[in-house]
Amino acid sequence: MHPSHAIDELLKLLAASLLLISFAMLSRRRTQRLIILFAWQGALLFVSTLLVAYSAGLTELYYSAALTLLLKVIALPWILHRLIHRLGAQWDSEPLVNIPTTMLVGLGLVIFAFGLAQPISRMATTITRNTLGIALAVILLSFLMMITRRKAVTQVIGFLAMENGLFFAATSATYGMPMVIELGIALDLLVGFFILGIFFFQIREQFDSLDLSNMEALKED
Amino acid sequence: MVILIVLGLPLFGALLLALFGERRAAAELNVGISLATLVAVSFLVLRVLRHGPLLALHEQFFVDSFNVFLVALTAFVGFTTALFSRPYMRIEEQRGRLNQRRLRLYHSMYQLFMAAMFLALLTNNMGLLWVAMEAATLSTVLLVSLYRTRASLEAAWKYFILCGVGIAQALFGTILLYFAAEQTLGREGMTALLWTHLNAVKGQLEPRVLGLAFVFLLVGYGTKVGLAPLHNWLPDAHAEGPTPVSAVLSGLLLNVALYAVIRCKVLVEGSIGSQLPGRMLMGFGLLSAVLGAFFLWRQKDIKRLFGYSSIEHMGIITFAFGMGGPVANFAALLHMTVHSLTKSSIFFTAGHASQTAGTQRMDGIRGLVSVSPTIGWGLMLGSLAILGMPPFGVFASEFLILTTAMRDHPWTTPLLLIALGVAFAGIFSKVQPMVFGDSDAPPLPHSPALIPVFLHLAIVLALGLYMPLALAEWYRAAARLIGG
Repeated sequence: MHPSHAIDELLKLLAASLLLISFAMLSRRRTQRLIILFAWQGALLFVSTLLVAYSAGLTELYYSAALTLLLKVIALPWILHRLIHRLGAQWDSEPLVNIPTTMLVGLGLVIFAFGLAQPISRMATTITRNTLGIALAVILLSFLMMITRRKAVTQVIGFLAMENGLFFAATSATYGMPMVIELGIALDLLVGFFILGIFFFQIREQFDSLDLSNMEALKED
Repeated sequence: MVILIVLGLPLFGALLLALFGERRAAAELNVGISLATLVAVSFLVLRVLRHGPLLALHEQFFVDSFNVFLVALTAFVGFTTALFSRPYMRIEEQRGRLNQRRLRLYHSMYQLFMAAMFLALLTNNMGLLWVAMEAATLSTVLLVSLYRTRASLEAAWKYFILCGVGIAQALFGTILLYFAAEQTLGREGMTALLWTHLNAVKGQLEPRVLGLAFVFLLVGYGTKVGLAPLHNWLPDAHAEGPTPVSAVLSGLLLNVALYAVIRCKVLVEGSIGSQLPGRMLMGFGLLSAVLGAFFLWRQKDIKRLFGYSSIEHMGIITFAFGMGGPVANFAALLHMTVHSLTKSSIFFTAGHASQTAGTQRMDGIRGLVSVSPTIGWGLMLGSLAILGMPPFGVFASEFLILTTAMRDHPWTTPLLLIALGVAFAGIFSKVQPMVFGDSDAPPLPHSPALIPVFLHLAIVLALGLYMPLALAEWYRAAARLIGG
């Protein structure tokens, strides 16, 4: 088998696993598990970026792979882990109503994403062009997760997972954005994450819990 | 060079205020930095007026007649808001709602927010535009939750999550844009995200990709404009944050977000060669105008009331940009200016009004004129101006928008008229009892800085009576640039 063909197949496998993890996240109840899944998602992203960088011979992409490893596989999961320990929320679980319905909606979203991305994928010249649909599906599934969950920490994990999907879209469609932009996005993500961390403490102080269903003062009346 | 100063001053100010913000003079320092920024911006404006559009720093920054007027507006309102916030925040501190540490955070973040908005306006790079818009959100999130009450935390969380998700859509749109551009402009030289280059080759960009990109960009940046049905964060953030923040959110951030949408619209319309992007803007704009006007009626909180009024007006502006053409664009740019000036002055008076009454609930605010005539009349005049009473400038822009709509899209006229009428009745009936009547509330401990209020209203009035030739020419150049 030709090496580039093998890489292509491997990338498809990685993309499929990424999608699988998004579905797993939809059905997980414990916050701790979700963090582990998020770290796995980051790891898959790291490997796939590395593969694209190797096959396309782009040094720039090696840097963004390194950034992914540092930020999404090590730093963020570790900080999240410490954070929920300090908040005493590591064994929190939330009741998930209607997992089957959520899954069905998720399936619908995946089909929609593939339909939307198909005409564009055909035009892409990158070796990862078939994966744009998957990237869009990951974004939409993370969105679904944010809508269905009521805990602050889970919503944040959904938000970060959505960013993973965006990053994957950038590598799969365009071999990554220019480095300056990637750095800017990473900085925004990191700062946003810290602000959310501050929020966790403020919310718990005021509401005695991280359950967002307590938040219903600002309704339209 | 002058661009770097405009960007650097607020950034440096943010650092300075973060370090020394606990001193008593922090508020004065904040005013000073804002004034210095305004001076630097005036030099930039003069340069652009004399020598035309400006490209700088490897084409990463770009100033034309469209963004230079927004930069000037941003610097001006940024300065007057800093003036207003000095006594306002001092009263808040005296009443124990804030302490020195939170004020330090407030001042530092205020300057950071200004820097982010200048970056968003001045950059030529669509990716950097996204980064700056996200930075503007991040710097205001902690400002919305500054009081650390339950309601303010809820508002800030909603703001963060909704705008975060929205802006993630905009990033996807930007990625798609880059994808299309890369095929025409190539990866080399990093020009594929520069607006000027994209604008030059917009006819060759793949229309299908750009159409899809526009949907994501519109939804993404549109969330920040407060377009219905993505407007949910806006009234909460305006009501629960400190008043100076409400003033800059309404007066400036919404404009900057709309600016991003319009830049994208110019590219996409040139690529797909149809009116579809304009039609989408018209739809969203009309929906926001009508929805905003009807929701006004149900509000009990004064800042929420004017938050919904912002949704209505941003809807009208978006609608006008959607119609396109020289007259509608001209009117939209004028309306952007007068709305921003009027709305921030209304928030200034509304802030002092609720401080006087000790509540933001409108049924608790009574007889402002008898406690403090300046606050009372400021609120009344501001409300009349925003409702489009002649001879204020809002009347002129709304009149232009309405007549253009009548000529080009007659079916939209009744909807627009209903929105304007409902908003008029809603706001007037609520403001009138607050301003007149009797009250036994004590006057404020610090004399409020109301010069900004009357300065803004005077400009709005002047624009309604007489438009200087230079300014009109400037707007016309910007309107031509947007085309459509």
